[in-house]
Amino acid sequence: MSLASHDAAMTGASPNATASSSFAPILHVEHLSMRFGGLVAINDLCFAAQRGDITALIGPNGAGKTTVFNCITGFYKPSGGRIALQFGDPGVWDELDALTERGTRSASRGDGLLFLLERMPDYLVTQRARVARTFQNIRLFQGMTVLENLLVAQHNRLMWASGYTVLGALGLRAYARAERAAIDKARYWLDRIALTERADDLAGELPYGAQRRLEIARAMCTDPVLLCLDEPAAGLNPSESAELGRYLHAIRDEHATSILLIEHDMTVVMEISDHIIVLDHGQKIADGTPDDIRNDPKVIAAYLGVEEEEEVAEGDVQ
Amino acid sequence: MTHEASAPASRVDIVHALRETAITALIAFGLLLPLIGFNTVQNIHNELVLETRWPLLAAMVAIIAGGRFLHAILLAPWLARHAVRSRQHGEAAHPAVRGRFTRLLVPFTLGFAVLYPVIALSLAGTQGAVKWIDNFGVQILIYVMLGWGLNIVVGLAGLLDLGYVAFYAVGAYSYALLANAFGLSFWILLPVAGCLAAFWGILLGFPVLRLRGDYLAIVTLAFGEIIRLILINWVPMTNGYAGISGIPRPTFFGIPFNASDEGFAARFGLEFSPIYRTIFLYYLILGLAMLTAALTVRLRRLPIGRAWEALREDEIACRSLGINTTNTKLTAFAMGAMFAGFAGSFFAARQGFISPESFTFMESAVIVAIVVLGGMGSLLGVAIAAVIMIGGTEIMRELDFLKLVFGSDFDPTQYRMLLFGFGMVLIMVWRPRGLIATREPSTFLNAPRFSLFRARKAESAQPSLARERHG
Repeated sequence: MSLASHDAAMTGASPNATASSSFAPILHVEHLSMRFGGLVAINDLCFAAQRGDITALIGPNGAGKTTVFNCITGFYKPSGGRIALQFGDPGVWDELDALTERGTRSASRGDGLLFLLERMPDYLVTQRARVARTFQNIRLFQGMTVLENLLVAQHNRLMWASGYTVLGALGLRAYARAERAAIDKARYWLDRIALTERADDLAGELPYGAQRRLEIARAMCTDPVLLCLDEPAAGLNPSESAELGRYLHAIRDEHATSILLIEHDMTVVMEISDHIIVLDHGQKIADGTPDDIRNDPKVIAAYLGVEEEEEVAEGDVQ
Repeated sequence: MTHEASAPASRVDIVHALRETAITALIAFGLLLPLIGFNTVQNIHNELVLETRWPLLAAMVAIIAGGRFLHAILLAPWLARHAVRSRQHGEAAHPAVRGRFTRLLVPFTLGFAVLYPVIALSLAGTQGAVKWIDNFGVQILIYVMLGWGLNIVVGLAGLLDLGYVAFYAVGAYSYALLANAFGLSFWILLPVAGCLAAFWGILLGFPVLRLRGDYLAIVTLAFGEIIRLILINWVPMTNGYAGISGIPRPTFFGIPFNASDEGFAARFGLEFSPIYRTIFLYYLILGLAMLTAALTVRLRRLPIGRAWEALREDEIACRSLGINTTNTKLTAFAMGAMFAGFAGSFFAARQGFISPESFTFMESAVIVAIVVLGGMGSLLGVAIAAVIMIGGTEIMRELDFLKLVFGSDFDPTQYRMLLFGFGMVLIMVWRPRGLIATREPSTFLNAPRFSLFRARKAESAQPSLARERHG
């Protein structure tokens, strides 16, 4: 249905239509800055993540990538700037400035919803704005089973179905049905990550690669429109990385989920990303398709430092 | 081959054991010399006189050294052999055996708890049974209930609460004050006391939400002291140290347990005896404790229970999944406090008299110890720990025969704390995660959902799965 309204916007149903159709990213970050005391971790960062794309955020160590993630997902309050996320009818983007003026968290038009993430606490970013994330150092519930991990991710829906515990404690059928649906959803994701056999084992006992997959599946169980992955390929071997790439492509293609990821493994990044943003010292230094980035002298310089001139020269020769 | 090797080895073992024994004896002597060797006594002129107790000191050191020798020569080799054997057999057999044992233990314990007054009556007679049902049964069950209540906060949600006794006090004083002021019955005030305690739980929860671990423990400890000091100092309301007496006793659906014509005994054509009230109180607290257990089991399978456990595992991950950790913590605090409130109002009704003396930090420490020793999150473990800790200290009063061994002025209850500490050290060495450390998952994917069969199925399925994975 969002596609239909998108088409309507394209055909020019309203004066703002052309503006909204050309401006329909899922995430729009403007002039974002984050300071910790005197340290400037992010300085005036602007970028957009397109709907249905895999957008990669890369950069040398300490470039501020994880800080950007923490700002988007509400774990940090940014020192300045605007982070807007939208899903449903893209026409709601027109409300952006009015929403900013109004000082509230969200605006809606039709079935379109627009959120200003910097105004929301972390759990609401996931609950309302439907942004899910994973962590650089895996944060599974190690002492709980694989299945339980996936059920905890569906907490809000189950909480509602259990009448905030009261009806569930009385043993109402509606809750039993909701729980069965939640288990079915968990089973679907377990099948996707080939962990159905180990569903009743403790999450902490899984091999490292399986834990990475499980953490992504757990994030997907929250039904996100934007999935933020912090170094999903870290610690994986090449075949596991390739499998991860296929997995992420499948998520992008089969679910209405856009992906934003931080990654150091350039093979993975170049392989799977539709769009790449390069950060260095808290600033954006490049923005484009994998091919653009691969040949960008500024990127090469940031990554290789001293060999800057040689690399540029080499690029020129080619 | 092994026989030849063991002969010289055993000689070395004895030398080693003797050396260990000598060291232990030396340490014991050094420690016990000031503790037991010297004793100050007030003589008839009110002067302190230093006495020495060399025979007692020698006996103590000898016991400790002997114990160490036996440990080195018998127990340690046996444990080593046992460890090797269990390693050879593989660990798979062990949980299965324990699983069967635990499954039988639950219905057995429950049956025993229900039949306990009957057993006590038939063994000790009407006169003797009061002590066994009241001092042991009721007392232990109060702590079982408190342990289960705290288990929600500490064991499930992972919030270390050292001021739990404050909610117990709130429940007790709520019942005592409201019953004395308005003459309301126990059955009305029981939920009221629970609600008031839950309210105080939320009130405590709000300021300490940001804290975790040690910091949370310190603030909750302070909260427990604040409540106690308020009870002591707000004399017009609480009567301070003197406490509140004449608290109405619970009635059997309106029938009081007294010697009057309207009393329980007269109504049912029985001879009056305090035993009826005691038995009634026993089943009342048993029912309350079972309510706590049933609700805990139920909540563990609901999203809120899973969220509590997830919170214990990783709070940041919880927030990243859209869980409102504030509300989740507050419900844990409120739920735990509510059960303490129930237990508190029961306590007040049972005693008929309460004072701040009953709600010291020591009580909180005992309840936390019960939860930790039992195994965080395990209902059965907590119950066993409560029986050992409370029953153990109560049974010390019964060991009068020790006076024949150690002389007539020997009082076993004085060694309560010593044994308490000793037991704790033992459990922390052998079972550092508590008596029952295994956690049963709240739900299963690959096994039927009915509990008894499920556990058996999971065990039998495990080896085959393992084979598939490895082969």
